[in-house]
Amino acid sequence: MSLVFAGVCSHAPGITGRKERADPTLRDGFYAALERMRLALEAARPDALVVVAAEHFANFFMNNMPAFCVGMAEEYEGPIEDEAWLGIRRAKVPGDTGLSRRLIAEVMQDVDLAYAEEWKLDHGIMVPLHFLTPRYDLTLVPANINCQGPPLAPLHRCHAFGRALRRAADAVPERIAIVGTGGISHWPATPDSGRINEAWDRAFLDRFVANDTDALLSYTDAQTYREAGQGGFEIRTFIAVAGAAQGAQGELWFYAPIPIFAVGCTVATFAVS
Amino acid sequence: MSLYYVQKLLYQLNRDPEVRGRFEADKDAVLASYTLTNEERVALATGDIGLLYVMGVNGQILMHYAALLGMPWDDYIHAMREGVRRYGPVRAGIYALADVNPPPS
Repeated sequence: MSLVFAGVCSHAPGITGRKERADPTLRDGFYAALERMRLALEAARPDALVVVAAEHFANFFMNNMPAFCVGMAEEYEGPIEDEAWLGIRRAKVPGDTGLSRRLIAEVMQDVDLAYAEEWKLDHGIMVPLHFLTPRYDLTLVPANINCQGPPLAPLHRCHAFGRALRRAADAVPERIAIVGTGGISHWPATPDSGRINEAWDRAFLDRFVANDTDALLSYTDAQTYREAGQGGFEIRTFIAVAGAAQGAQGELWFYAPIPIFAVGCTVATFAVS
Repeated sequence: MSLYYVQKLLYQLNRDPEVRGRFEADKDAVLASYTLTNEERVALATGDIGLLYVMGVNGQILMHYAALLGMPWDDYIHAMREGVRRYGPVRAGIYALADVNPPPS
Protein backbone atom coordinates (compact mmCIF):
# COMPACT_ATOMS: atom_id res chain seq x y z
CA MET A 1 0.00 0.00 0.00
CA SER A 2 2.50 2.56 1.15
CA LEU A 3 5.17 3.54 3.56
CA VAL A 4 3.19 4.62 6.63
CA PHE A 5 6.00 5.47 9.03
CA ALA A 6 9.70 6.35 8.82
CA GLY A 7 12.07 7.10 11.64
CA VAL A 8 15.42 6.42 13.22
CA CYS A 9 16.62 5.60 16.71
CA SER A 10 19.87 4.65 18.33
CA HIS A 11 20.81 1.17 19.44
CA ALA A 12 23.53 0.19 21.87
CA PRO A 13 23.81 -2.58 24.42
CA GLY A 14 24.26 -0.04 27.21
CA ILE A 15 20.82 1.50 26.55
CA THR A 16 19.26 -1.51 28.23
CA GLY A 17 22.26 -3.27 29.78
CA ARG A 18 23.74 -0.36 31.74
CA LYS A 19 20.64 1.77 32.24
CA GLU A 20 21.14 2.18 35.98
CA ARG A 21 24.49 3.90 35.39
CA ALA A 22 23.17 6.67 33.11
CA ASP A 23 22.21 10.19 34.15
CA PRO A 24 18.55 9.54 35.09
CA THR A 25 17.23 12.77 33.53
CA LEU A 26 18.87 12.13 30.16
CA ARG A 27 18.01 8.45 30.21
CA ASP A 28 14.37 9.02 31.07
CA GLY A 29 14.11 11.74 28.41
CA PHE A 30 15.49 9.31 25.85
CA TYR A 31 13.17 6.52 26.97
CA ALA A 32 10.23 8.94 26.78
CA ALA A 33 11.14 9.83 23.19
CA LEU A 34 11.29 6.12 22.33
CA GLU A 35 7.88 5.68 23.95
CA ARG A 36 6.57 8.57 21.83
CA MET A 37 7.96 6.77 18.80
CA ARG A 38 6.25 3.53 19.85
CA LEU A 39 2.90 5.35 20.04
CA ALA A 40 3.44 7.04 16.67
CA LEU A 41 4.39 3.73 15.12
CA GLU A 42 1.30 2.08 16.55
CA ALA A 43 -0.92 4.94 15.35
CA ALA A 44 0.39 4.37 11.82
CA ARG A 45 -1.11 0.84 12.00
CA PRO A 46 1.69 -0.91 10.13
CA ASP A 47 1.40 -4.53 9.00
CA ALA A 48 5.14 -4.93 9.10
CA LEU A 49 8.24 -3.12 10.29
CA VAL A 50 11.41 -2.96 8.22
CA VAL A 51 14.36 -2.34 10.54
CA VAL A 52 17.44 -1.07 8.70
CA ALA A 53 20.22 -2.15 11.01
CA ALA A 54 23.98 -2.35 11.23
CA GLU A 55 24.40 -5.76 12.78
CA HIS A 56 27.48 -6.74 14.71
CA PHE A 57 28.58 -10.13 13.42
CA ALA A 58 25.51 -12.01 14.57
CA ASN A 59 24.91 -13.41 11.09
CA PHE A 60 27.44 -12.11 8.64
CA PHE A 61 31.18 -12.54 8.66
CA MET A 62 34.13 -11.79 6.44
CA ASN A 63 33.83 -15.16 4.70
CA ASN A 64 30.90 -13.81 2.69
CA MET A 65 29.93 -10.32 3.79
CA PRO A 66 26.86 -8.85 2.11
CA ALA A 67 26.82 -5.08 1.59
CA PHE A 68 23.02 -5.27 1.88
CA CYS A 69 20.88 -8.13 3.12
CA VAL A 70 17.18 -8.52 3.88
CA GLY A 71 15.70 -11.28 6.00
CA MET A 72 13.19 -13.72 4.53
CA ALA A 73 12.39 -15.96 7.51
CA GLU A 74 9.08 -16.93 9.10
CA GLU A 75 10.53 -16.18 12.51
CA TYR A 76 13.54 -14.50 14.08
CA GLU A 77 15.09 -14.90 17.50
CA GLY A 78 17.26 -12.73 19.67
CA PRO A 79 19.26 -11.49 21.32
CA ILE A 80 22.35 -13.60 20.63
CA GLU A 81 24.00 -11.84 23.55
CA ASP A 82 23.85 -12.87 27.18
CA GLU A 83 20.38 -11.85 28.40
CA ALA A 84 21.57 -10.40 31.69
CA TRP A 85 24.40 -8.47 30.03
CA LEU A 86 22.01 -6.89 27.54
CA GLY A 87 19.05 -6.60 29.89
CA ILE A 88 16.72 -8.12 27.29
CA ARG A 89 15.11 -11.55 27.53
CA ARG A 90 15.41 -13.90 24.56
CA ALA A 91 12.30 -13.79 22.41
CA LYS A 92 10.93 -14.85 19.07
CA VAL A 93 9.82 -12.19 16.60
CA PRO A 94 7.42 -13.03 13.77
CA GLY A 95 8.54 -12.68 10.16
CA ASP A 96 6.66 -13.11 6.90
CA THR A 97 8.53 -14.99 4.19
CA GLY A 98 6.04 -14.04 1.50
CA LEU A 99 6.16 -10.32 2.24
CA SER A 100 9.95 -10.37 2.49
CA ARG A 101 10.16 -12.15 -0.84
CA ARG A 102 7.99 -9.54 -2.58
CA LEU A 103 9.93 -6.65 -1.04
CA ILE A 104 13.27 -8.22 -1.90
CA ALA A 105 12.26 -8.86 -5.51
CA GLU A 106 11.26 -5.22 -5.89
CA VAL A 107 14.42 -3.85 -4.23
CA MET A 108 16.47 -6.03 -6.58
CA GLN A 109 15.24 -3.94 -9.49
CA ASP A 110 17.70 -1.31 -8.26
CA VAL A 111 20.06 -2.80 -5.72
CA ASP A 112 21.84 -6.15 -5.73
CA LEU A 113 20.76 -7.68 -2.50
CA ALA A 114 21.54 -10.75 -0.44
CA TYR A 115 18.71 -12.44 1.40
CA ALA A 116 18.71 -14.70 4.44
CA GLU A 117 16.14 -17.26 5.57
CA GLU A 118 17.98 -17.56 8.86
CA TRP A 119 18.76 -14.51 10.93
CA LYS A 120 19.72 -14.08 14.56
CA LEU A 121 19.00 -10.72 16.11
CA ASP A 122 21.65 -8.92 18.14
CA HIS A 123 21.32 -5.76 20.21
CA GLY A 124 21.25 -3.73 16.99
CA ILE A 125 17.66 -4.80 16.37
CA MET A 126 16.63 -6.10 19.80
CA VAL A 127 17.19 -2.77 21.59
CA PRO A 128 14.90 -0.83 19.19
CA LEU A 129 12.26 -3.61 19.30
CA HIS A 130 12.42 -3.73 23.09
CA PHE A 131 11.13 -0.14 23.11
CA LEU A 132 9.07 0.05 19.91
CA THR A 133 7.30 -3.33 19.87
CA PRO A 134 7.79 -4.56 23.44
CA ARG A 135 5.46 -7.52 22.92
CA TYR A 136 7.39 -8.52 19.78
CA ASP A 137 4.10 -8.92 17.95
CA LEU A 138 4.70 -6.82 14.82
CA THR A 139 5.96 -8.63 11.73
CA LEU A 140 9.65 -7.88 11.25
CA VAL A 141 11.61 -7.54 8.03
CA PRO A 142 15.23 -7.14 9.10
CA ALA A 143 17.45 -5.31 6.63
CA ASN A 144 21.15 -4.95 7.13
CA ILE A 145 23.83 -2.65 5.82
CA ASN A 146 27.39 -3.74 6.50
CA CYS A 147 28.77 -0.95 8.67
CA GLN A 148 31.36 -2.98 10.59
CA GLY A 149 33.78 -4.68 8.22
CA PRO A 150 35.18 -2.50 5.40
CA PRO A 151 35.04 -2.30 2.45
CA LEU A 152 31.58 -0.82 3.02
CA ALA A 153 28.96 0.19 0.50
CA PRO A 154 29.40 3.89 -0.39
CA LEU A 155 26.85 6.29 1.09
CA HIS A 156 25.12 6.93 -2.23
CA ARG A 157 24.41 3.20 -2.54
CA CYS A 158 22.90 3.18 0.94
CA HIS A 159 20.66 6.04 -0.11
CA ALA A 160 19.71 4.07 -3.25
CA PHE A 161 18.95 1.07 -1.02
CA GLY A 162 16.58 3.25 1.01
CA ARG A 163 14.87 4.59 -2.11
CA ALA A 164 14.47 1.02 -3.38
CA LEU A 165 12.94 -0.04 -0.04
CA ARG A 166 10.49 2.83 -0.39
CA ARG A 167 9.51 1.78 -3.89
CA ALA A 168 9.08 -1.79 -2.69
CA ALA A 169 6.97 -0.66 0.29
CA ASP A 170 4.75 1.36 -2.01
CA ALA A 171 4.34 -1.63 -4.33
CA VAL A 172 2.99 -4.15 -1.80
CA PRO A 173 -0.56 -4.10 -0.39
CA GLU A 174 0.67 -4.15 3.24
CA ARG A 175 1.22 -1.02 5.31
CA ILE A 176 4.97 -0.78 5.86
CA ALA A 177 6.91 1.08 8.53
CA ILE A 178 10.65 1.62 8.36
CA VAL A 179 13.00 2.34 11.24
CA GLY A 180 16.72 2.85 10.81
CA THR A 181 19.02 2.24 13.72
CA GLY A 182 22.61 3.29 14.04
CA GLY A 183 24.92 5.52 15.89
CA ILE A 184 26.18 8.85 14.68
CA SER A 185 29.64 9.62 16.07
CA HIS A 186 30.84 7.00 18.52
CA TRP A 187 33.76 4.74 19.31
CA PRO A 188 31.95 1.65 20.58
CA ALA A 189 33.77 -1.43 21.81
CA THR A 190 37.10 0.36 22.06
CA PRO A 191 39.01 1.93 24.96
CA ASP A 192 37.42 5.21 23.76
CA SER A 193 33.91 3.88 24.40
CA GLY A 194 31.85 6.79 25.71
CA ARG A 195 33.52 9.38 23.50
CA ILE A 196 30.90 11.25 21.44
CA ASN A 197 31.44 14.19 19.07
CA GLU A 198 28.29 16.15 19.82
CA ALA A 199 29.03 18.98 17.34
CA TRP A 200 29.52 16.45 14.54
CA ASP A 201 26.31 14.67 15.50
CA ARG A 202 24.29 17.86 15.56
CA ALA A 203 25.65 18.95 12.16
CA PHE A 204 24.74 15.55 10.76
CA LEU A 205 21.25 15.67 12.28
CA ASP A 206 20.66 19.13 10.77
CA ARG A 207 21.30 17.67 7.32
CA PHE A 208 19.26 14.61 8.21
CA VAL A 209 16.06 16.34 9.31
CA ALA A 210 16.33 18.73 6.36
CA ASN A 211 16.62 15.56 4.25
CA ASP A 212 19.36 17.28 2.26
CA THR A 213 20.55 14.42 0.07
CA ASP A 214 23.65 16.14 -1.31
CA ALA A 215 24.80 17.19 2.15
CA LEU A 216 24.17 13.72 3.59
CA LEU A 217 26.10 12.05 0.82
CA SER A 218 29.05 14.43 0.98
CA TYR A 219 30.76 12.70 3.93
CA THR A 220 33.77 10.55 3.18
CA ASP A 221 34.57 7.51 5.28
CA ALA A 222 38.07 8.85 5.96
CA GLN A 223 36.57 12.03 7.41
CA THR A 224 33.92 10.10 9.35
CA TYR A 225 36.53 7.76 10.81
CA ARG A 226 38.67 10.70 11.91
CA GLU A 227 35.91 12.82 13.43
CA ALA A 228 33.16 10.36 14.31
CA GLY A 229 34.98 7.07 14.90
CA GLN A 230 34.43 3.72 13.27
CA GLY A 231 30.95 3.75 14.84
CA GLY A 232 30.19 6.72 12.59
CA PHE A 233 30.10 4.35 9.62
CA GLU A 234 26.61 3.47 10.88
CA ILE A 235 25.26 6.76 9.46
CA ARG A 236 24.53 4.46 6.53
CA THR A 237 21.34 3.26 8.23
CA PHE A 238 20.14 6.84 8.77
CA ILE A 239 20.98 7.71 5.17
CA ALA A 240 18.99 4.73 3.89
CA VAL A 241 15.94 5.94 5.84
CA ALA A 242 16.47 9.47 4.48
CA GLY A 243 16.43 7.86 1.04
CA ALA A 244 13.20 6.00 1.85
CA ALA A 245 11.69 9.30 3.01
CA GLN A 246 13.14 11.40 0.20
CA GLY A 247 11.19 14.64 -0.17
CA ALA A 248 9.82 14.48 3.39
CA GLN A 249 11.02 16.71 6.21
CA GLY A 250 12.26 15.18 9.41
CA GLU A 251 11.78 16.12 13.01
CA LEU A 252 14.30 15.52 15.76
CA TRP A 253 12.51 14.24 18.85
CA PHE A 254 15.55 13.63 21.01
CA TYR A 255 19.31 13.94 20.96
CA ALA A 256 21.69 13.75 23.89
CA PRO A 257 25.12 12.21 24.33
CA ILE A 258 24.87 9.57 27.06
CA PRO A 259 28.46 8.35 27.53
CA ILE A 260 27.67 5.16 29.47
CA PHE A 261 25.45 4.17 26.53
CA ALA A 262 28.49 4.89 24.30
CA VAL A 263 26.42 6.84 21.78
CA GLY A 264 24.61 10.13 21.19
CA CYS A 265 21.07 8.91 21.76
CA THR A 266 18.76 9.93 18.95
CA VAL A 267 15.10 9.66 18.03
CA ALA A 268 13.84 11.27 14.82
CA THR A 269 11.00 10.74 12.37
CA PHE A 270 10.00 11.82 8.88
CA ALA A 271 6.51 12.96 7.92
CA VAL A 272 5.87 10.38 5.21
CA SER A 273 2.13 9.97 5.34
CA MET B 1 49.19 -13.55 11.49
CA SER B 2 45.76 -15.06 10.99
CA LEU B 3 43.42 -12.43 12.36
CA TYR B 4 40.70 -13.73 10.08
CA TYR B 5 40.59 -17.10 11.83
CA VAL B 6 40.88 -15.57 15.30
CA GLN B 7 37.80 -13.51 14.51
CA LYS B 8 36.07 -16.44 12.87
CA LEU B 9 36.33 -18.60 15.98
CA LEU B 10 35.12 -15.75 18.20
CA TYR B 11 32.23 -15.06 15.81
CA GLN B 12 31.19 -18.71 16.00
CA LEU B 13 31.55 -18.85 19.78
CA ASN B 14 29.40 -15.74 20.12
CA ARG B 15 26.51 -17.00 18.04
CA ASP B 16 26.56 -20.78 18.25
CA PRO B 17 25.94 -22.58 21.56
CA GLU B 18 27.13 -25.84 19.98
CA VAL B 19 30.61 -24.44 19.17
CA ARG B 20 30.64 -22.85 22.61
CA GLY B 21 29.97 -26.23 24.23
CA ARG B 22 32.76 -27.92 22.29
CA PHE B 23 35.18 -25.09 23.13
CA GLU B 24 34.39 -25.29 26.83
CA ALA B 25 34.82 -29.07 26.79
CA ASP B 26 38.11 -29.16 24.87
CA LYS B 27 39.69 -25.86 23.83
CA ASP B 28 42.76 -27.43 22.21
CA ALA B 29 40.67 -29.62 19.94
CA VAL B 30 38.63 -26.68 18.69
CA LEU B 31 41.68 -24.41 18.32
CA ALA B 32 43.45 -27.11 16.30
CA SER B 33 40.91 -26.77 13.50
CA TYR B 34 41.77 -23.09 12.88
CA THR B 35 44.92 -21.71 11.24
CA LEU B 36 46.46 -19.82 14.14
CA THR B 37 49.85 -18.62 15.36
CA ASN B 38 50.95 -19.69 18.81
CA GLU B 39 50.33 -16.21 20.20
CA GLU B 40 46.78 -16.29 18.82
CA ARG B 41 46.15 -19.75 20.23
CA VAL B 42 47.26 -18.67 23.70
CA ALA B 43 45.25 -15.43 23.54
CA LEU B 44 42.11 -17.39 22.63
CA ALA B 45 42.73 -20.19 25.15
CA THR B 46 43.23 -17.73 28.00
CA GLY B 47 40.58 -15.20 26.90
CA ASP B 48 43.18 -12.39 26.83
CA ILE B 49 40.84 -9.56 25.79
CA GLY B 50 43.66 -6.98 25.80
CA LEU B 51 45.85 -8.96 23.43
CA LEU B 52 42.95 -9.89 21.17
CA TYR B 53 42.09 -6.18 20.91
CA VAL B 54 45.70 -5.28 20.06
CA MET B 55 45.81 -8.04 17.43
CA GLY B 56 42.98 -6.21 15.71
CA VAL B 57 39.86 -8.22 16.53
CA ASN B 58 36.84 -6.12 15.63
CA GLY B 59 35.40 -4.70 18.84
CA GLN B 60 31.89 -5.74 17.90
CA ILE B 61 33.09 -9.33 18.01
CA LEU B 62 35.29 -8.85 21.06
CA MET B 63 32.65 -7.02 23.10
CA HIS B 64 30.23 -9.91 22.69
CA TYR B 65 32.96 -12.37 23.58
CA ALA B 66 33.89 -10.47 26.75
CA ALA B 67 30.22 -10.55 27.72
CA LEU B 68 30.18 -14.28 27.08
CA LEU B 69 33.17 -14.66 29.43
CA GLY B 70 31.10 -12.84 32.03
CA MET B 71 33.42 -9.85 32.19
CA PRO B 72 31.89 -6.78 33.83
CA TRP B 73 31.81 -3.71 31.54
CA ASP B 74 34.49 -1.73 33.34
CA ASP B 75 36.84 -4.74 33.44
CA TYR B 76 36.39 -5.20 29.70
CA ILE B 77 37.24 -1.55 28.93
CA HIS B 78 40.18 -1.79 31.36
CA ALA B 79 41.42 -5.00 29.71
CA MET B 80 41.62 -3.26 26.31
CA ARG B 81 43.51 -0.30 27.79
CA GLU B 82 45.82 -2.67 29.62
CA GLY B 83 46.36 -4.61 26.38
CA VAL B 84 47.51 -1.47 24.58
CA ARG B 85 49.83 -0.62 27.49
CA ARG B 86 51.38 -4.10 27.56
CA TYR B 87 51.46 -5.06 23.89
CA GLY B 88 51.52 -1.70 22.10
CA PRO B 89 49.10 -0.10 19.65
CA VAL B 90 46.51 -2.03 17.66
CA ARG B 91 48.34 -3.91 14.91
CA ALA B 92 45.68 -4.54 12.27
CA GLY B 93 42.01 -4.29 11.46
CA ILE B 94 39.55 -1.45 11.67
CA TYR B 95 41.22 0.36 14.59
CA ALA B 96 44.54 0.56 12.76
CA LEU B 97 42.90 1.95 9.64
CA ALA B 98 43.72 5.57 10.32
CA ASP B 99 47.43 4.84 10.32
CA VAL B 100 47.98 2.14 7.78
CA ASN B 101 45.00 1.86 5.52
CA PRO B 102 42.47 4.67 5.37
CA PRO B 103 38.97 3.42 4.76
CA PRO B 104 37.60 3.86 1.25
CA SER B 105 36.32 7.35 0.57
